[in-house]
Amino acid sequence: MNLRLILEFGAAFVGTIAFALLFQVPTCYYQYCGLIGGCGWVLYKLVLPFSTAPMATFYATVLVIFLSRLFAVRKQCPVTVFLIAGIFPLVPGAGIYWTAYYIVTNELEVAGQKGFMTFKIAVAIVLGILLVFEFPQKWFQKRTH
Amino acid sequence: MSSANTREALDVASLAGDILLASGAEIFRVEETIDRIARAYGVETSDAFVLSSGIFLTAGSVKEQDFARVRHIPLSAARLDKVAAVNQLSREIERGMHTPEEAKERLILIQQMPQKKNRTQVLASGVGSGCFCFLFGGDLIDSMVAFAAGLLLYLYLLYLVRGRLSKIASNITGGALVTFAAVLIYEAGLGHHLGEIIIGSIIPLVPGVNFTNAIRDIADQDYIAGFVRLLDALLVTFCIALGVGLVMIGYHKIMGGPAL
Repeated sequence: MNLRLILEFGAAFVGTIAFALLFQVPTCYYQYCGLIGGCGWVLYKLVLPFSTAPMATFYATVLVIFLSRLFAVRKQCPVTVFLIAGIFPLVPGAGIYWTAYYIVTNELEVAGQKGFMTFKIAVAIVLGILLVFEFPQKWFQKRTH
Repeated sequence: MSSANTREALDVASLAGDILLASGAEIFRVEETIDRIARAYGVETSDAFVLSSGIFLTAGSVKEQDFARVRHIPLSAARLDKVAAVNQLSREIERGMHTPEEAKERLILIQQMPQKKNRTQVLASGVGSGCFCFLFGGDLIDSMVAFAAGLLLYLYLLYLVRGRLSKIASNITGGALVTFAAVLIYEAGLGHHLGEIIIGSIIPLVPGVNFTNAIRDIADQDYIAGFVRLLDALLVTFCIALGVGLVMIGYHKIMGGPAL
């Protein structure tokens, strides 16, 4: 389990950087994007056994956005640069697939469940984004005393 | 401030706004950057109204010359390198480091910044697909299959489609193509979890940029822009699901529906 978690951190790190590249993030920020994506995923996996997928996604989103804002202020660069790639591991791609799959196989009840779960995860991401963007900017700045 | 200078300053501001909006910046950042550049060059009365697909910029008062510009900017792919570069330039303009002419030259250079090489993008799509397949529960062989399907997806998008198909058509066919490739390799005996392979390989199509930007625009009360981007994200998601679904229907018809 622990080995798998370490491997998954690596996969999320590399995968996030791959998407940072597709969105043309400047090369010097790759390591931060990877770090944010990896941390978000590991938190998601750590919370998941004690909670539900939407709740785990919410906590992970909060961490991802928090780190993105932190790096954005420290590196003086738009938060979008870190945020968009970093949040990718949490996007419910699996939910989209399984919903389509069960609609096709005509198991509409399961499809409804999967679809609603996907929606709940999306809402969790939305709430996480909204919450952290309400934090005042000065929380992220270096203390100068 | 002379009228020629006002005009030049607002030219720079609107060009900066253009680049930001076309590259996938939030509406709030576009408006703020236009205002900051205009103020930095001493234009007091400029007023920008930004939608997801257009910029309206006006200025003018008793003291200042009238200026009006409407720019139409179609929704396009994310170029976060340009967002970062314009942001940096706008900071420098505020510190008084550039005349309007210099700033305009810099902006034109930013506009022409080259994309990552196609080869690199194809490789990134493959690596991204492989990694995400692993995250969603696939094993190493599944990830290799997803890697291949991800490569194929961007080869298709960058070399065959090249913007010639509409967004709807390219997402449906893209989703269908990777599903078809995954099914084919799976039936050939490689890979253990077909679902996870397909999930990994459709991830490069998933509209993460527009979804995230939509939420942030709505949070900033830019409702029109936010809902346009949200609609775009939902439409793309639906198209991917449709592409995957169509191939799965065919697969089940032929194979009689294997247990996944």
